Amino acid sequence: MNLVNWLYLSVLLFSIGAATVLVRRNAIIVFMGVELMLNATNLAFVTFARINGKVEGQVIALFVMLVAAAEVVVGLAIIFTIFRTRRSASVDDANLLKY
Amino acid sequence: MTALHMLHEVVSLTAAQVPVEAAEQVETGTSKLGGGGEQVLFWVMSIIMVPAALGLLFARKAVHAALCMALVMVGLGIVYLAEQAPFLGVVQIFVYAGAVMMLFLFLLMLVGVDSSDSLVETIKGQRWLALAFAGGLAILLISVLGDVTYGSPKGLKDIDASGNMTAMANLIFGNYVWAFEITSALLITAVLGAMILAHRERLVPKPTQRELSIKRIREGAVKAPLPAPGVFARTNAVDVPALLPDGSPSLLSLSRVLTARGQMRPVGTVREDVKIIEAEITPGDRPKFDRLADAPTENADGAS
Repeated sequence: MNLVNWLYLSVLLFSIGAATVLVRRNAIIVFMGVELMLNATNLAFVTFARINGKVEGQVIALFVMLVAAAEVVVGLAIIFTIFRTRRSASVDDANLLKY
Repeated sequence: MTALHMLHEVVSLTAAQVPVEAAEQVETGTSKLGGGGEQVLFWVMSIIMVPAALGLLFARKAVHAALCMALVMVGLGIVYLAEQAPFLGVVQIFVYAGAVMMLFLFLLMLVGVDSSDSLVETIKGQRWLALAFAGGLAILLISVLGDVTYGSPKGLKDIDASGNMTAMANLIFGNYVWAFEITSALLITAVLGAMILAHRERLVPKPTQRELSIKRIREGAVKAPLPAPGVFARTNAVDVPALLPDGSPSLLSLSRVLTARGQMRPVGTVREDVKIIEAEITPGDRPKFDRLADAPTENADGAS
C-alpha cells in the first residue's frame, strides 16, 4: 500500500472538519470541527514522519496536541461564559458587536 | 483554475528537490512499509472514520456529533499505533478520546441537550456555499497530493531501534526544548484563563431557604411538591403525565428534560387514554375496546 493513502484520508477529514466549522451553528460542534481539522493535520504529520524516516513529524504532532488541549480549555470556557449570559450556544446569537 | 495550476507548479518545484530514485518501488506497493495488513487497516479505518466525521457534520443532536467525534479520535489513535508512532497513539487516546471529548460532553451536559441547531440561515445560501467550499478544498488538496512525487518511504525502523520514546525525548528535550518550555507557559496561562472565565463573582448573598419559601408564596407559585408522573392505574411510566382530580393530564408532572427532548407521550393520546379509563370505570354496559378485550387472553396464554 502506498503511504500517501493516509494523506488522502487526512485531506478528507480536514475538509469535513472545515465544512463542519462553516455549516454548523452550535458553537460546541463548530469547536469539534476545529478539533477534527487539527487531528487531520496530525495524521499528515505522522505520515510524513514515516515517509521521511524522521521523528520530527511526531514531535510536532505532539506539540499540536498540547496546543489543542490548551485551546479546548479556553474555548470551552468562553462558550460556557457566553451561554451563561445569553442562554444560547448558537454562534448566530453572539452578535452584540454587529452594528 | 489558474490558482490550481500555480499550486501544482509550486508543489512540483519543491518535490523536484526530493531524490526520486526508487519511485517505481513505491508505485508497486510491494515495499515492506505498508504491507497487506496495513492496507486492510487503512480501508477498515477509513470506512469507520469518514462516516463518523460525516456524522459530526450532519448529526442533528450535539451529543451524537460528540460521540461520532470520539469515534474518529479513537480511530486516529489506532492509526498512529499502526504508523510506527506508539507514543502518539497512546497520547491520542488518553488526551483526545479520554480528556478532550469528555470535556466536550461535560459542556454539552451543562449547556443542555436540547440546544440543537436552528435551521434558519442568517446568510442566504451560506450552507451550500460552505459545502461547495469544503468540497473544492478536498478536490484541490487531493489533486495536489496526486501530483507530488515522493521518495521511497524510509520508515522509522532505524530510529525505533533505540525506542520511539527515546528518539522523541531526544528531540523534545534537545532541539525543541525551548518550544517545550514555552508550551508549559501556554498551558498554565490556559488554565488561569479558564479559571477566570468560569469563575462567577457572587454579587448578592446566597438566599436562604426561608427567603426562598417567602418568595415562592409571594409569587403564587406551586407551593406543594410537583405531582409525580405516571399515576395511571394501568401504567407506571415516567413519560405519562399524572391525572388531576378532574381527569385532565397535568403537564407539571413531566420531567422538563423529557419534554425538551420530545420523549413524553403526546397529550392527545393521554386524553384518549383518559376516555378509555373513564369508560372502563363507568358502571353499566361496558364498551368493548380491542386493546382491553385482547389483554386477558394474552395473559392467559402467557400463564399457560
